Amino acid sequence: MKLHEYQSKQIFSKFGIPIPKGRVAATASEARQIAEELGGRVVIKSQVLVGGRGKAGGVKLAKDPQEAEQLATQILGMEIKGLPVRKVLVDEAAAIDQEIYFAITNDRAAKKPVIMASAAGGVDIEEVAATHPEKIIKVHIDPLLGLRDYQARDIAASMDLPREYWKDFGIIANGLWKAYSSTDATLAEINPLVITKDKRLVALDGKMMIDDNALFRHSDLSEMRDIDEEAPAETEARKYGLSFIKLDGNIGCMVNGAGLAMTSMDIVKLFGGEPANFLDIGGGAGAEKVAAAMRIILSDPAVKAVLFNIFGGITRCDEVAKGILAAMAEVKPKVPMVVRLVGTNAEEGRQLLADAKMITAETLADAAKKAVAAAKGA
Amino acid sequence: MSILVDKNTRLLVQGITGSEGLFHTTQMVNYGTNVVAGVTPGKGGEWVLDKVPVFDSVKLAVEATGANASIIFVPARFAPDAMFEAADAGIPLVICITEGVAVQDMMRVRNYLDQKNVRLIGPNCPGLLTPGEAKVGIIPGNIAIPGNVGVVSRSGTLTYEVLYALKQVGMGSSTCVGIGGDPVNGTNFIDVLDMFEHDPKTEKVVMIGEIGGTDEEKAAEFISSKMTKPVVSFIAGQTAPPGKRMGHAGAIIEGGAGTAADKVRALEAAGVRVAKHPEEIPSLLK
Repeated sequence: MKLHEYQSKQIFSKFGIPIPKGRVAATASEARQIAEELGGRVVIKSQVLVGGRGKAGGVKLAKDPQEAEQLATQILGMEIKGLPVRKVLVDEAAAIDQEIYFAITNDRAAKKPVIMASAAGGVDIEEVAATHPEKIIKVHIDPLLGLRDYQARDIAASMDLPREYWKDFGIIANGLWKAYSSTDATLAEINPLVITKDKRLVALDGKMMIDDNALFRHSDLSEMRDIDEEAPAETEARKYGLSFIKLDGNIGCMVNGAGLAMTSMDIVKLFGGEPANFLDIGGGAGAEKVAAAMRIILSDPAVKAVLFNIFGGITRCDEVAKGILAAMAEVKPKVPMVVRLVGTNAEEGRQLLADAKMITAETLADAAKKAVAAAKGA
Repeated sequence: MSILVDKNTRLLVQGITGSEGLFHTTQMVNYGTNVVAGVTPGKGGEWVLDKVPVFDSVKLAVEATGANASIIFVPARFAPDAMFEAADAGIPLVICITEGVAVQDMMRVRNYLDQKNVRLIGPNCPGLLTPGEAKVGIIPGNIAIPGNVGVVSRSGTLTYEVLYALKQVGMGSSTCVGIGGDPVNGTNFIDVLDMFEHDPKTEKVVMIGEIGGTDEEKAAEFISSKMTKPVVSFIAGQTAPPGKRMGHAGAIIEGGAGTAADKVRALEAAGVRVAKHPEEIPSLLK
């Protein structure tokens, strides 16, 4: 789960990381009011869960409350990478001397959290990583011990941060480690961490991603999820414990197991079709879950055919068949459907579907070919 | 011969009285796996299937039964504790089936288990199957027959497809290892490839990978430098869009890295034959 900049910075602040004064606004008049309270120049920053907001014109500097209102009106009417801007953050503007990149993320290969820091901050860090990898300092943290103070000092020294800032940098490093570890983040990023002209370290921008698998112990963070930023079908799918991702093709796919679901999409493509979605109903799905999955697939008007590929292990094919029948009775689909059932109770499943006028297939390749042909109206 | 589990495995089931644990314990016992004990805190003294004793802790179960492997079926929020408990009780092989364990928990578990020299398989995996000897996990027993093909995979049902396709043409497997789809897990491809390379029963290997991370690329290096046995592979996720988590927590293309195309290229460069779809695998093994 991604958090907005303003949410991430609120969390940083809770752990002792200095952030600019500011608040989030949903209307231009609110933005003006915040600018009046702050006094002086302010930055109006669109709050959408995609990168490249600045380049898209979603971050602007305003010299007074009146301009703040104008710019907020403009930004609140924008779409950035297809996402409408619904909120802006109004922050006091900072006079910047230097920009630093500073983040903690999971290093899956090392099985440890890793700090990434660079004195070349403020820009796209992936670009720095590609062109000047030597400018990025990486330090692993022992997950059983946590960040040690000397590690923060080493990083400050490696970045040639002047000594007068080491103490404050240590506080920020410690704060970021606590923010990352206590929220089960997969990323806690400050970019940029700036040195201001009046010699303070401030986290000007922030980004956090939280591990969905850990949300059970963070009800406060779960409430921060911005469902406006998701495709409605993905929100609906999550409610039923389905893993769903919308794609651009016209063949709906319903599969049990993530690897097999990806494979089914790949084979559709291999035989000349385009998958409309990734959908994993998970292990041991019952009829109700299957029916929900089918409603979600068929709610996409682009879908011209549906492929069901079920390899019964824990999942019972007869349960899946019941779900398909229940959903068909409810939504009365008009598109052709190809079904392949193998494994646990496959025979019972096939019998249940015998009268349902579905196209059946024996192998995975056969099923994909038939779905592609059906979608083309052949 | 086989790897990791065989008829001498003395298996303990953590979470044996839960619905998943009980269902799969029944399947494993019916297959002939030597299930010697179960653990459910608070249910010590009970029996499962009239023959498997239940204990309150892993330590007590190990003392009473000499269990030498443990399989975990407890919910995600309790699974890290179950893995620590198994390691502290001296179990050398732990298989965690549970899906959805938090990744920071897994980093702590993995670093701790490494210090104790415990071999962890999973989490979020289908477990192990040595056909004809032991089923330690949820892979349906009837889809595989004994043979000389070692199978290692990050996925569950996709592995079943491959075992089933092999069986259709009369090919069997030595051991099938599901290493799981999480970004931080216990055992990677190289660990298992190395075991297959040294297992006299295994003559060929099938490696089933997917998008995300760089384990397949590292495996390709290992295959070209260390392996003498032929390896056939399949990589899922050719059509996966970047930045989206494809069901498995570990199946995500991040910052342009971990694509299927990269992995296929690395494997082919290492002399691995990569199937276009899983049903093509048996013909590539011939």
